[in-house]
Amino acid sequence: MPGQSAVRTRRIALAGNPNTGKTTVFNMLTGFRARTGNYAGVTVERKAGGLKGAPEDQPVEIVDLPGTYSLSARSADEMVAADVLLGLREDEERPDLVLIVADASNLERNLFLATQVMECGVPCVLLLNMMDVAKENRLAIDATGLSDRLRVPVFPIVAAKGEGLDAVRDYLVRGSFEEAHSALVEFPEVFENAVTDLLRTIRESDCPETFARPFLARRALLETDGIAGKRLLDCGGEAVSTALSQSRKAIEESGQRIVSLEARVRYGFIKQALRDVVERPEERVETLSDRIDRILIHRVWGTLVFVTLMIIVFQAIYSWSAPFMDVIDGVFGFLGGRLAAVVSEGPLQSFLVDGVIAGVGGVVIFLPQILCLFLFISLLEDCGYMARAAFLMDRLLSRVGLSGRSFIPMLSSFACAIPGVMATRTIEDRRDRFTTMLIAPLMSCSARLPVYTLLIGAFIPERKVVGFIGLQGLTLFAMYLVGVVVAIPVALILKKTFFKGSTPALILELPPYRRPGIKVVIWRLWERAGAFLKRAGTIIFAVSIIVWAAAYYPRSASVREEIEQEYLFELAEAGPDELPAVEERMEREIEGAYLRQSILGRMGHVVEPLVRPLGWDWKIGMATIASFPAREVIVATLGIIYDVGSDADEESPDLREKLQNARHPDGTPVFTIPVALSIMVFFALCAQCAATLAVIKRETNSWRWPFFSFAYMTLLAWIGALLVYQISAAILS
Amino acid sequence: MTGPARLVDLRPGERALIRDLAGEVPLVQRLLEMGLTEDEEVEVVRFAPLGDPVEIQIRGYFLSLRKQEAAAILVEKI
Repeated sequence: MPGQSAVRTRRIALAGNPNTGKTTVFNMLTGFRARTGNYAGVTVERKAGGLKGAPEDQPVEIVDLPGTYSLSARSADEMVAADVLLGLREDEERPDLVLIVADASNLERNLFLATQVMECGVPCVLLLNMMDVAKENRLAIDATGLSDRLRVPVFPIVAAKGEGLDAVRDYLVRGSFEEAHSALVEFPEVFENAVTDLLRTIRESDCPETFARPFLARRALLETDGIAGKRLLDCGGEAVSTALSQSRKAIEESGQRIVSLEARVRYGFIKQALRDVVERPEERVETLSDRIDRILIHRVWGTLVFVTLMIIVFQAIYSWSAPFMDVIDGVFGFLGGRLAAVVSEGPLQSFLVDGVIAGVGGVVIFLPQILCLFLFISLLEDCGYMARAAFLMDRLLSRVGLSGRSFIPMLSSFACAIPGVMATRTIEDRRDRFTTMLIAPLMSCSARLPVYTLLIGAFIPERKVVGFIGLQGLTLFAMYLVGVVVAIPVALILKKTFFKGSTPALILELPPYRRPGIKVVIWRLWERAGAFLKRAGTIIFAVSIIVWAAAYYPRSASVREEIEQEYLFELAEAGPDELPAVEERMEREIEGAYLRQSILGRMGHVVEPLVRPLGWDWKIGMATIASFPAREVIVATLGIIYDVGSDADEESPDLREKLQNARHPDGTPVFTIPVALSIMVFFALCAQCAATLAVIKRETNSWRWPFFSFAYMTLLAWIGALLVYQISAAILS
Repeated sequence: MTGPARLVDLRPGERALIRDLAGEVPLVQRLLEMGLTEDEEVEVVRFAPLGDPVEIQIRGYFLSLRKQEAAAILVEKI
C-alpha cells in the first residue's frame, strides 16, 4: 500500500446509536474539519477527518460511521457501518480502533450495539457521552466498574462542552490500544458449537481468508436475512448455505428461538453488567425533557406550538433577512455601476454588467434567507424537536401511506431537495423511500424562495392582515402550502400504483431535549453557505453567461439598420421636445428586436403557445427554459432579459422595479398579480433542478425515476399555473 | 388474573411486563433490538394528538410506535 512504509495513519472509527452526540464527538476531535464523500456503490456519506492535536509524524484519521441501533443491517446506512467493522469494504480499511459513543443517560439500550461492536475483533473504547444529563437524571455511573465488566477502556465525557475529550485524544495519540476480545457476551453452548461448525465450513469454502472470522459467523447465524449471511452466501455458495441452515436448525431444535436469541442473551448480559455500576434513583425523576414534552406533544398545545413554529419560521425568513439582503443588493448595484462607468459600451460591458454582476448578484442576494432557513432546521434537529414533529405528523403521513420518518426528509426538502432526497436513506422500507424521494422535490426548497420573494416583493401589496402577519408573508406561506397539498394525492397515487403494499412500521426514538451546540450550528451554516455560494459561483455563474449569450447573440447590424430606416421619417418630423422620446422608443424597439431574434428569444417564441394560457409572454417562457438547471436561475435570467431590453443609460438597479415597469408591446404591464401567482405556482411544482434529478438518479440507481419526476412535476406545474392564473384573473378583473 | 393484554390497550401512565411479541420476524427483531424483551417493564406514556402513534417508556428511554405495532406486543399489567 502506498505511503504505508513511511508514516502509517492510524484509523479510528466512530460508532454508536443515533442521538448519542456522535457527530459532536467527531467535530470536537477533528476540530470541525471533516472531509465528506461517498462510499462507492452505495449512497451513504463518508465523513472523515484528522485528529486535532495529533503529532505530524503520527497522524490519526477518524471516520464517522452512520448511527445505528444494531449491527443486523437493514438499511444502506447500517450496512456500511456493519461492513466497515467486519472489514468487508474495499474502499475502507478495517479500523485500528473503534470509539463507541454511548448516551450515558440511556446506557441499557446503547450497550446493545456497543457490545455487538466490542465483539467485532477490533480494539474498542467506550465513550460515555452526556454525563451531565445522566447526573441531572440522578444516575450515578461508575465508569471504572463498567470498564472492568466490559473489559474495554471507558471515558466519561460531555462532548458538547468538550469535557473529558483531552483524555480521549491523549489515548488515541499514544496508540497503545488494548487487545480486542473475541467473545464478551456468553451465548448458549449449542450456539457456540454452531459457530464452530460454520467457521469450519467457511474455511473449506471459496470464501477469502478474511471471512473465516468468528464475528462474521456469529452475525450470520443471529441475523435472519442479515448482511453477514448474504456476504457469506455470495462467496461460499451451496456448502455455506447448507451449513448455515443446518446450524440454525440445531439451535432451534434445542429450544432457542433464533429471532429472540441475541436480544435475550445480550440484554441479559447488559442488565448484569450494569448491576451496581449504575445507580438509579428509587423513584424515576421527572426530567426537564418530560416536562417540555408534556406541552410540546400535548393534544392541543403541541399542535398549536407546531403550527405556530412553522409560521414563525417562514415569517422570519421573510423579514429577518431583509436588511442583509439590502446590503448585498447595494454592493452588487455599486459594482455594476462602477463597471458600467469604467468599461465602454458594447458586448463586454453588457457581458459584465448584465451577465455576470446581474446574474450572480441576483442569486447571492438570497444567501441570508437560505441561512435563516438552515438555522431553524439545524436548531430544531439538534434540540430533538424533529423527532417530536415526526411523532406529531405520523398519523397524517400514514394516511397517505408514509410514516413519520418521511417527515424529516420532507422538512429538509424545504431547505433543499438534495439533502432531503439523501435523508430518505434512513427510511428502511423501499417503497416508502421511493415515494418520499419522488414527492420531496414538491416541497418548496430555498431555490424557490428567490422566485417567491422577488415576485411577492414586486406585486403583492404590503398590508397587515392579523397582528404582525402581513399579506406578503401569508402569500409566501401559501406557496409553501401548495407543494404540501399537491404532495398528498401524489403520494397516495404512488402508493397505490408503483409502490403498492402495507404501511411499514414506525419505531422512532424520542431523544431527550438538549441545548443545540452553537458551534455545531454555526459550523453547519458555514458549510451550507459555502455550498450555496459554490453553486452560485459555478453552475449558476455558467448558466448566467450562457443565458446572457443566448439572449445577446446573434446580433446582426441589419436589425438595427432596418428599424432606424423605419424611424427615419418620424425622427425628421419630430420637434426638439419630442426627439428624445422618439429616440428612446426606437432604441427600445431595436433592443426588443434583437432579443426576439436571439437564440433564447426564438426558443421563447416556440413555447409561447404553451405558456400563453398561463398568462405569460414569450420572455417569461424563455426565462423558464433557461432555468432548467436550477430554479433560482430564473431570477438572474429575468434580470438579464429585462436589462437587455431596457435603455442603457437608465439607472434601474432594482429587479423588482424592472419587472413592475415591464410592458407588453401594447403598453399593458406584463406582470400582474395573476401572472405573478401563476409563475410562483409553476415554480412551486416544477422540477427545474438538474442537481435534484441527478441525486434521484443516484439514489434510485435508475434514470427512470428522475425522468418520471421531471415529467409528472412539469405537468402538475403547468396545470397548477393554468388554474391559478385563470381563476385569479377572473376574480381580480 | 386474566390472559395477556395488548400494549395498545393500556392507558397512559399504566405499566406492564412484556410477555410476548406476536408479529412478523423483521418487526419482532427490531423491537427486540430496541430492548422490548420478555419480562421487561414498559409504560405507556401518551398517545399522539391524533391518537396514533403511542409513546412508551422502556429501559429508561422513550420510544414511539404505531398502534399497529404496539398491538403485536403482548403484556401483563402491573
